Amino acid sequence: MTASNPEFEADCIRRILAGERHLFHDLIRPCERSIYFLLMSLLRNETEAEDAAQDTAIKVYLNLKNFRGDSQFRTWVLSIARNEGLGRLRKAGTRREDSLDAETDEQTGDYTPAILTSWREVPSEALEREELGALLRKAIEGLPEIYRNVVLLRDIEEMDVRETAVALGISEGAVKVRLHRARALLQRDLAPRLEGFAPDRSKERKGFMGWFKA
Amino acid sequence: MRIDCKHVWQHISAYIDGEVDEALRAEIDRHLETCEICSAVLDSTRNVVVLVADERVFELPAGFSQRLHARLDRDLELAESS
Repeated sequence: MTASNPEFEADCIRRILAGERHLFHDLIRPCERSIYFLLMSLLRNETEAEDAAQDTAIKVYLNLKNFRGDSQFRTWVLSIARNEGLGRLRKAGTRREDSLDAETDEQTGDYTPAILTSWREVPSEALEREELGALLRKAIEGLPEIYRNVVLLRDIEEMDVRETAVALGISEGAVKVRLHRARALLQRDLAPRLEGFAPDRSKERKGFMGWFKA
Repeated sequence: MRIDCKHVWQHISAYIDGEVDEALRAEIDRHLETCEICSAVLDSTRNVVVLVADERVFELPAGFSQRLHARLDRDLELAESS
């Protein structure tokens, strides 16, 4: 979906609160992806994440009058989604202490990159090969949760630093540190394995049309 | 001040996002001109970021949106009357 339009949202909210309930469908639609993937990141289960996403949407509706406009609408929605996810984890008894997050930020770990001497760009066209998508998904899913959440919102959902910080309930500094580490872990994991998806230069020289747009 | 590979790496994420100040960016650019390893590491990191951002990598489950909106149709009405 397209990026959020604050005026459209504000107008939508006003009209929904005035009784045009059906407009809520249009209001929530641009947020669906972010809601689902944040919950997937937390809950690790498609059915649960979908269920939680629906509950989140209902909660957003019921609390619409409380939206102050301090942050973007999607940010506020994702805070609700995050709380929904954390609540379910607490109920299931699987939530670790939140203090672990802060500890992990301070730990020095090994976030050195995979050392390469050259890199051949893997074009997006390569995603037509299912195994590349699977490789990327697996790499993201293998990240520690606090790094996965940040790369999801910053790189995959393209939210800015401030909005990501508010949605996840962490500082902007933490967003930046965790994003760096997430990207470092991904590069180290993926760079050696992505080389096979890059176009073969020798074929380019012979005019092989496979990777070129017509 | 010349920066070394380790320092380039420390700032790599901010550099990719265009969030380093002008002086630091100039230092990093100068380092990259002559350091093949850092150039390759930067290029590969940027490539990874671009690829994971592609919406084909993470797709909503089939029917997700329809099911969500059907639930809203049912429950918003209930929410009104409660």
